[in-house]
Amino acid sequence: MAKPKLGVFKFASCDGCQLSLLDCEDELLAVADAVHIAFFPEASREYIEGPYDLTLVEGSITTPHDLEAIKKIRADSKFLVTIGACATAGGIQALRNWKDVTEFTSYVYAHPEYISTLETSTPVSDHIPVDFELRGCPINKWQLVELVNALLHARKPNIPTYSVCVECKRRGTSCVMVAQGIPCLGPVTQAGCDAICPAYDRGCYGCFGPMESPNVTALAEWWRSVGVDDRTLVNALRGFNAYAEPFREASDVYAQQA
Amino acid sequence: MTPAQVLDRAGLDRLIEALSARGYRVLGPTVSDGAIVYGDLASTSDLPVGWTDRQEPAQYRLERRDDEALFGYVVGPQSPKTRLHPAEVVVWSGEKTAQGFAMAPPAEPPRYAFVGVRPCELAAIAVQDRVFLGHERDAVYGRRREGLFLVAVNCTEPGGTCFCSSMGTGPAAVDGFDVVLTEVVDGRDHYFTAAAGSERGAELLVEAGATEAKKGQAKAAAGLLEAAAGRMGRSLDTTGLADLLRQALEHPHWQEVAKRCLTCANCTLVCPTCFCSNVEDTTDLSGRRAERVRRWDSCFNFEFSLIHGGPHRASPAARYRQWMTHKLAWWFDQFGTSGCVGCGRCITWCPVGIDITAEAAAIRDNREVL
Repeated sequence: MAKPKLGVFKFASCDGCQLSLLDCEDELLAVADAVHIAFFPEASREYIEGPYDLTLVEGSITTPHDLEAIKKIRADSKFLVTIGACATAGGIQALRNWKDVTEFTSYVYAHPEYISTLETSTPVSDHIPVDFELRGCPINKWQLVELVNALLHARKPNIPTYSVCVECKRRGTSCVMVAQGIPCLGPVTQAGCDAICPAYDRGCYGCFGPMESPNVTALAEWWRSVGVDDRTLVNALRGFNAYAEPFREASDVYAQQA
Repeated sequence: MTPAQVLDRAGLDRLIEALSARGYRVLGPTVSDGAIVYGDLASTSDLPVGWTDRQEPAQYRLERRDDEALFGYVVGPQSPKTRLHPAEVVVWSGEKTAQGFAMAPPAEPPRYAFVGVRPCELAAIAVQDRVFLGHERDAVYGRRREGLFLVAVNCTEPGGTCFCSSMGTGPAAVDGFDVVLTEVVDGRDHYFTAAAGSERGAELLVEAGATEAKKGQAKAAAGLLEAAAGRMGRSLDTTGLADLLRQALEHPHWQEVAKRCLTCANCTLVCPTCFCSNVEDTTDLSGRRAERVRRWDSCFNFEFSLIHGGPHRASPAARYRQWMTHKLAWWFDQFGTSGCVGCGRCITWCPVGIDITAEAAAIRDNREVL
């Protein structure tokens, strides 16, 4: 079998997720051995046209140009995977979805009339069919290697969708919410980071977005019962995955009450 | 059991040393990141000396005691399960060879000695023995269990979420230990009454320099244990409970719990008897090396019951019901024992304080709705 062709594309994002691929270090050579990196501007000047066997898409859709470009990329891709909170949920820039973007451009740019942008920042899956989503801000490089590995061996990737709590317990971290009273989004957030923050006495920031069956209301009500005010609660929910539906809906409810 | 003996703190240090000298990796309660968890013990000074814990639903706090008690607290989030049924373990690994495929044996686990295991934890080990060794021998558990040495400590100060009295598993250990201690702190008088539960336990007590307990010492320890039995933070009425739950599968209370339940799986992961795991096969990118890894799983996870067409426990209500009825009812059918030992971990470590004793009582109190 010929090596699968890999294409890496980006939209509105910080590039951090595609850098996870370069950050694979020891595995990078194995990855480069296993796939043909046909288009990856962060890594190589080589540009080989599609179609691509595996396409990784980073970033959210924020401009009319993005809307067209993503359709072309989809048409050129066999297996399209979105990577990171921007591509899978709209990213931190989706905070604009609650505001007036024209007002922002008038403050930021000397000539806002040159700016062509959409009202909202949205996930790629709002616009095209997506075959798989790798969550995280940034993604976990081991999950990326696992994804490539699974594709190469024609099996389902082992990417869990349960809570961060499972990772805390597996690594032996005592719950920061229970033992230290630190508000934590872990119970409603998807695993994948190996529960880094609680291991350093911080609550989870929800970087990997909502877990498979998030009960955000139950967690939010508990936070309120232990004295977390609604403003803090809304700010916690409106992070990197603010526009992911369960976080968005709960944040809207508490924003009205704040 | 041998007649009551007594050790002082120096004697307990000698006991730990003797275990190390026998090649055990000695584990016991240690303070780490705001909680008491199992860690390595070189001497009694590694124990949470002068600490206690305050436990309520979804709340655990360490507090200073006004004495130098070594075991003045109850159970933390971890149990011996974390070592006997590890959260993650490579079951086997192998490599492609010119002839085909060569498997590497799994790494040999250490021989563990636990000091400070509570009666409810002994009961949980006995439950997991039935699960992992009762029918087929589970090699991962079996190899860790066989070499195990257990120094139990009876509970004289039950915690806010404890209900071992209701489950008949404490506060005093009856069997399943090599040595059992009861700590007595009475002003300046600080000692441990000790009894052996096995021959090697008796040998160890001799080596640690245990002497015969004075009448007053044994009596003081017995008094503390008797008082402790009446001071549980929680209670669970087990009369006819299994049958009650078997008949309550359509009870509206499951929906009520589901409104609060996060399906985060914490209750199952801290439970000392929960045993479920997931097995994943992976290869490296070249496909030359393969590995089978077993990781803790939970009936609260979506994929746990995923079959063709979707998970058969899609709703949180179905998942909570499965967990609780398994613990308190189906476990009897499956393993001939309760799946709950009354340690209270699921209550303390549930991030929103769902209380198995309260939920069971709510179903009992509203039987007529069925």
